[in-house]
Amino acid sequence: MRMLLMLLLLTACLPAFAKEAAPAVDDPVLEQRAMKLAAELRCLVCQNQSLADSNADLAIDLKNQVRSQIREGRSDAQIREYMVARYGDFVLYSPPWKPTTALLWAGPFILLIAGALTLVMVLRSRRARIVTTELTADEHARAQALLGGEDRR
Amino acid sequence: MNRFLLPFGIFLVLAVFLAVGLNLNPREVPSPLIDKPAPAFQLPQLHDTGRTLAAQDMKGKVWVFNVWASWCAACVEEHPLLVELSKRNLVPIVGLNYKDNRADALQWLQRRGDPYTLSAQDADGRVGIDYGVYGVPETYVIDKEGIIRFKRIGPVTPKVLDEQILPLVKRLQG
Repeated sequence: MRMLLMLLLLTACLPAFAKEAAPAVDDPVLEQRAMKLAAELRCLVCQNQSLADSNADLAIDLKNQVRSQIREGRSDAQIREYMVARYGDFVLYSPPWKPTTALLWAGPFILLIAGALTLVMVLRSRRARIVTTELTADEHARAQALLGGEDRR
Repeated sequence: MNRFLLPFGIFLVLAVFLAVGLNLNPREVPSPLIDKPAPAFQLPQLHDTGRTLAAQDMKGKVWVFNVWASWCAACVEEHPLLVELSKRNLVPIVGLNYKDNRADALQWLQRRGDPYTLSAQDADGRVGIDYGVYGVPETYVIDKEGIIRFKRIGPVTPKVLDEQILPLVKRLQG
């Protein structure tokens, strides 16, 4: 009974997937440009999805906004600017270089350089610790005996 | 002892970073609209669709702009606070009914009380987009010159109201 109810509930949410942004099929070039732009923009409702991937209400509205602005003849940069003016740099998956984003962009390289420097320092200190000592004649003879008489010196 | 100091120090720094990162709310995206002029709009009023409401109408007043919808669960949560605020007559609250059905919205207000001095109807959500709305409810404080001074994403809590919104309103009115 419970199983049945669960199945029923599951099928109940299937029609929800049918809701989709009506693509502008009449103009495939426009649609391709709109989707390319939408892929660079973040959906703020579901933050780990792009506008292109998301079917959230707001994402659909914003995609339609992108389409109508393309129709009005606005450039990609202008449309990006329109989104940033409203939602901030956060809508861009590739944020611009600014004082506030400097750490974001430079961080990985700073870490890489710090790692490389540490590695060099550790290797150097290790080399300094290696002390080479010559074997005395006695020790050499003993080692030779242990190794089975072969002189590998 | 010294040998452990460095890894321990690195651990501490990482732990602090992670603790701060985990306690930040990823939904609170800093709005680029702060200290910018409130986007202009002209919309039909919710109660009387024959009349319009424009951002311009509020010029000369400090006002609170609250974006809400009858389908929004978090709006129910903050609503009593807004009703209470409206009774104190400290600041006009303008409502933006966002992507809603008018009948549902009116019924919702009738049931829960209407704190709004004026209500505008943003049926297609265009004005919402201009205000960078992405999670209803959202609340703005706009000053006499029509500049956005504060934005709250998500329900207003008593703490936010008492510690942020009301002191700001008082200062702006001053």
